[in-house]
Amino acid sequence: MSASPRDPAALPRLGWTLAALVLLWPLLQLAEFKPAALFEAGNLNAMGHFVAGFLPPETAPDFLALLGKATVETLAMATAGIALAVLLAVPLGLILTRSLSIARLGPGRGGWQGTLIRALARGVLAVLRGVPELVWALLFVRVFGLGAAAGVLALGITYGGMLGKVYGEILESGDARPVRTLLEAGSGRLAALCYGLLPNAARELVSYTVYRWECAVRASVVMGFVGAGGLGQLMDQSMKMLNGGEAASILATFLVLVLAADALSELLRRRLA
Amino acid sequence: MGFTLEGVGLIHANGFRALRGVDLQVAPGERLALIGASGAGKTTLLRVIAASLRPGEGRVRLLDGEPWACSPGNLRRLRARIGLVHQSPPIPPRQRVVTAVLAGRLGQWPLWKSLASLVLPADPQGAQAELARLDLADRLYERCDRLSGGQLQRVALARVLYQKPDLLLADEPVSAMDPALSELTVALLNEEAVRRGVTLVASLHAVDLALRHFPRVVGVKDGAILFDLPAASVTEALLRELYAAEGGLPLAGSVAPDEAPTTPDLPPLRCA
Repeated sequence: MSASPRDPAALPRLGWTLAALVLLWPLLQLAEFKPAALFEAGNLNAMGHFVAGFLPPETAPDFLALLGKATVETLAMATAGIALAVLLAVPLGLILTRSLSIARLGPGRGGWQGTLIRALARGVLAVLRGVPELVWALLFVRVFGLGAAAGVLALGITYGGMLGKVYGEILESGDARPVRTLLEAGSGRLAALCYGLLPNAARELVSYTVYRWECAVRASVVMGFVGAGGLGQLMDQSMKMLNGGEAASILATFLVLVLAADALSELLRRRLA
Repeated sequence: MGFTLEGVGLIHANGFRALRGVDLQVAPGERLALIGASGAGKTTLLRVIAASLRPGEGRVRLLDGEPWACSPGNLRRLRARIGLVHQSPPIPPRQRVVTAVLAGRLGQWPLWKSLASLVLPADPQGAQAELARLDLADRLYERCDRLSGGQLQRVALARVLYQKPDLLLADEPVSAMDPALSELTVALLNEEAVRRGVTLVASLHAVDLALRHFPRVVGVKDGAILFDLPAASVTEALLRELYAAEGGLPLAGSVAPDEAPTTPDLPPLRCA
């Protein structure tokens, strides 16, 4: 025996790492990323003043009543938006999932049709999530007028695109053998999905959906722009009137909602474990 | 369900040639064992017979029809009549035993019944009856990740028994079981095939198990068929040639002391 066996993957790995660094450097330059500016005396002072403006948080009873009403509105819009997004995402995500393709067994005939349909679904999802929700909202405001409907629809479409893509990827990243075995024994796609893929993927699917719901709650700031009410509109008003105390209370509410979403996700994951 | 393979050859996607010029004719109700060293092509051959791998060369006829010329619907119906027991049980760990067994009939049940059975098992008695034959009746509502490897393998077997296929295929169905259980399980497969008059093809790592239980034994070497003989005509010289690369015969060992292995003077690869 001569030298120890050389890892054939070592050289490519080094090459890709160097290539990534070479690409990253000009991007940081372009983005004018200069962290040192954070710690210059004048800047620190300015930030301190801005943050001090938020204290103390507003706790007047009539404002808290307003805040409570806005919170309920936001929750309603986020939930409606996510429900719409799930309705869009489930069929498109299932189309994307290659492990649910019967024509790929063997492989059999007609595989090109599946490839074409998957490419189409991928394209549809890219359009849905490629356009920012604000643009969708501005488009729908022209149909539904100012209000929650435009916001919910915009959220549903953008988040539908994101959920569909990730659903497809989660379903494909798990162990494909159980579902393939079921398809090979003549099972239909949906039954094979429920018996072969969901037992392993359900936790990931639920936790990503809850995380998106959390994002939708935050995205309600966008709803403020289209007059949909909720925390977004309240935030908009407080910031315009330079009322830092109110803004701080609203931010605290967001924080509570995020923690609640986290707890819900944890609870569901434990239930599905 | 009988089948015929004519000059079947298959090259895997990675360029490895798994089968070359395989001719095999099996009549309905026949029982045969595939033996051979690991990597010889037994699994690939079984998957070709199960209509889950399409060979690049040659012809496959299952029940007088060509699966790869069927419409998608007919191919699905054909596959529902074929049951393949996999070597490593393809069952999601979080699934309950009852669901894993009932999944055997997904090809026969309408979608609504399959989905309803996830909420409330549609036929727990049926699943329990198959599990009872494998001595697992008390594990009906257990989760599969609480089972040992051998128990999981029996759950996978119960699923295929519950499917009641016309063509029963098994890929090393006893690889995770101890010799006594292996013996019982292989006997059970044969008994099921005889009782229902269905065709049985099983690949086995242990030569003595194959020779004891199957009327017809097929030796597979380097992707081709080395011999295809009645069990009584399989000679020691043929077996030595079949396992030349492994340096000894893989045996399960016998359960009863009076029942000596067929080839006692060969060094076993795997001791009981």
